[in-house]
Amino acid sequence: MGKIELTKVRKSFGEVDVIPGIDLIIEDGEFVVFVGPSGCGKSTLLRLIAGLEDTTSGTIEIDGKDATNLPPAKRGLAMVFQSYALYPHMTVRKNIAFPLKMAGMDQAEQDKRVERAAKVLNLSNYLDRRPGQLSGGQRQRVAIGRAIVREPAAFLFDEPLSNLDAALRVGMRQEISELHQSLKTTMIYVTHDQVEAMTMADKIVVLNAGRIEQVGAPLELYNFPRNLFVAGFIGSPRMNFIEGAEAAKHNAQTIGIRPEHIAVGDGPWEGVVGLSEHLGSDSFLKVAVDGIGTLTVRAPGEVHAHHGDRIRLAPAGKIHRFDANGLAL
Amino acid sequence: MARAHSPRRKLLTTLAAWTVALIIFFPVLWMILTSFKTEPSAVAMPPEFLSADWTLENYAEVWARSDYPRFFWNSVVISVGSTLLGLLIAIPAAWAMAFVPGKKTKDLLMWMLSTKMMPAVAVMIPLYLLFLKFGLIDTRIGLVIALMLMNLPIIIWMLYTYFKEIPGEILEASRMDGASLWGEIVHVLTPMALPGIASTMLLNIILAWNEAFWTIVLTTTKAAPLSAFIASFSAPQGLFYAKLSAASAMAILPILILGWFSQKQLVRGLTFGAVK
Amino acid sequence: MSTHSSRLAARLMVAPSVALLLVWMIVPLAMTLYYSFRLYRLISPDRTGWTGFTNYVWFFQSPDFWLAMGNTLVLVGGVLVITVTLGILIALLIDQPIKGQGVLRILVIAPFFVMPPVAASILENLFMHPQNGLFAAVSMALGYEPILFLQDYPMSSVIGIVSWEWLPFATLILLTSLQSLSSEQLEAAEMDGAGAFSRLRYIILPHMTRAITVVILIQTIFLLGIFGEIFTTTQGGPGSASTTLPYMIFKQAIAAKDIGRAAAGGIIAVILANIVAYFLMRGLGRNLDN
Repeated sequence: MGKIELTKVRKSFGEVDVIPGIDLIIEDGEFVVFVGPSGCGKSTLLRLIAGLEDTTSGTIEIDGKDATNLPPAKRGLAMVFQSYALYPHMTVRKNIAFPLKMAGMDQAEQDKRVERAAKVLNLSNYLDRRPGQLSGGQRQRVAIGRAIVREPAAFLFDEPLSNLDAALRVGMRQEISELHQSLKTTMIYVTHDQVEAMTMADKIVVLNAGRIEQVGAPLELYNFPRNLFVAGFIGSPRMNFIEGAEAAKHNAQTIGIRPEHIAVGDGPWEGVVGLSEHLGSDSFLKVAVDGIGTLTVRAPGEVHAHHGDRIRLAPAGKIHRFDANGLAL
Repeated sequence: MARAHSPRRKLLTTLAAWTVALIIFFPVLWMILTSFKTEPSAVAMPPEFLSADWTLENYAEVWARSDYPRFFWNSVVISVGSTLLGLLIAIPAAWAMAFVPGKKTKDLLMWMLSTKMMPAVAVMIPLYLLFLKFGLIDTRIGLVIALMLMNLPIIIWMLYTYFKEIPGEILEASRMDGASLWGEIVHVLTPMALPGIASTMLLNIILAWNEAFWTIVLTTTKAAPLSAFIASFSAPQGLFYAKLSAASAMAILPILILGWFSQKQLVRGLTFGAVK
Repeated sequence: MSTHSSRLAARLMVAPSVALLLVWMIVPLAMTLYYSFRLYRLISPDRTGWTGFTNYVWFFQSPDFWLAMGNTLVLVGGVLVITVTLGILIALLIDQPIKGQGVLRILVIAPFFVMPPVAASILENLFMHPQNGLFAAVSMALGYEPILFLQDYPMSSVIGIVSWEWLPFATLILLTSLQSLSSEQLEAAEMDGAGAFSRLRYIILPHMTRAITVVILIQTIFLLGIFGEIFTTTQGGPGSASTTLPYMIFKQAIAAKDIGRAAAGGIIAVILANIVAYFLMRGLGRNLDN
């Protein structure tokens, strides 16, 4: 069980409102990702749920019980930290068993749970090593192991993959997703990487300056961003925004079009290729379009367009329209 | 610096460095040599090196004429006692300042250090009178308290520095894992900070061992440590160089050896973490 | 990681240390302040009473006072200059690739573990003594008269002794700092055309600023109260030539048995120490941050 409900949760440090007031419901078993630029308050929000920070006002309910003033250990949550926060002086076995030991569980049960977690996470051969003797990915697994043995109501992840190299990150991402599928426990995952958010989440919460910009499933956010911020944040490369006469044609202050929704070939727009990045599968072109400005275009891999070439472009997908306040029309 | 140096340059720098090191060390060496000479040989002009009369007489005589074991034991009790008591009080304070810092924490630390700037002589009389009033003069407990208070700011500073190096996330993790404040300190903080605590302990034992103002002012005979022993020795004995040297060697050798064994940890502690 | 409960716990845990240090500082200070306005001589214990600023006035009018103030500053300043300068040079030397660095460090650090009365009496008797000292032997071997160190150069002698005690401390901290300088930085500077002197001036010394700051701060704290070395060697003499402020106070208390005057001197010393501390903390605090 792990339904978490935030009502008017506010956090201020002195004069500064880091989180002016958030309402959010996280259903049992959901994989929720908090995403946003650095300083948007996503980590603070996670720490409020964990109980590592006090809320200034508002309530946090876990499974229908008010947990606002409970200490971290009493909330039945487990957390995986960005730095993993493993205890360097304890072996892997002792690290994983630590929360069980603190709960006063008997030794036999502790051993059983540790063995089981180690098996799930492929750590069985490393149980007697210390964290210092492990690779980054293995340390990450130990941190997860320490979280799962407690059988918590929900897992909290604070940018857990940011210290891993690119290849390992993709692997761990899949492992965490698989873990969620097999455990079916609520997970709250904080990241600044929209790719992680898109690939892992059941539900994404986009945060900006301590406010929720939009909540929804990944494709919902991709297809129907509620405002300019979400439109710009979700999707890679970033959505192109066009203002002025071209936007006016669509009865909007600003229009947005994703790079993958622009085709090279005959079309209304004409411009000069500035930069072209050929990745093999795709080519990203930066094109200075006459009367519009620079547009990023995601073209097929074999497109032959190079610096200085003059090409024509056509919109080939949804055009997003926004009003003067940046809200989607 | 991972660079190849010509053998000649290496020889030259080695020679220069050893010369400098021997000059710095020479007074200690000369004192030890003198302590093994007979009195006439010790003051002979020109000084005698290889031709000196070597003897162990001085040590025997110092041992016989003074109560060295008692002074030594007082030094041990006072330096170790004041350090342990100081650690007991300082560990919670350093924990709090390192992991729950407030706006005033830096100022508080600076203030603590500044209490050490108060010249001891300036408060000698009142402290003497206070100690007299509470019956602490010439007691080991009195000196333990005085030296503990004197070194408390340094103990706190050093521990603070070491605790600061422990990532806060680890303590948060232990809190998420259900550790109480006590559990956090016992199972996580202390084991991680053990090397730091050890070097803090060593440095403060050395500082307390070598303290030579309060130990002399506040003691007469019963609780007097080695600093008082040596002071009493140099005064009435006049110019008995060999015996003075022997007594000096007996006063400093225990701590010199302890210091040599722990010099690596000491250097880190001494810098208050300000120099990596 | 600050919740209300942990902040409360933190306050409670700092409280004993703060309380103890406050008492340790304030009670004797208050008593000293009280005595400094009293007539209180151990020779004539019956005559007591308030004397206003008489004790202070005596100090300020005493020619010895200004000499003692000067001597205190000369002692602190002299030792700082000597230990920092020599410390940098020796650290640069030891940091070179040399044989037996471990043993060498042990030799260099030794004086730091020698208790002050021992250091003072060894250097005074075995080295500086005009008849039996080693220095006298060297002078005579070179055909000169032995130098009367404590007689003719009392302050310099004291500074020399104290510098010997503190040189290892300065050297080791500066060496530690030097060893943390990345060789890539030096190589980059060399590629940029910096000669040995420029590397020292623009790369090495700036890197050591923090370490030098620490050395100055910590040594000053200990040097302001230097007492034992003077007591063991010159006894403040000849005359008052090597009397520092702490020693002058000591003389008033022990030799003249005038507690009132000694207390007034104590208060002056505390004020002086606070002024020095203020400037130190302000000037150096900046270097220590970040």
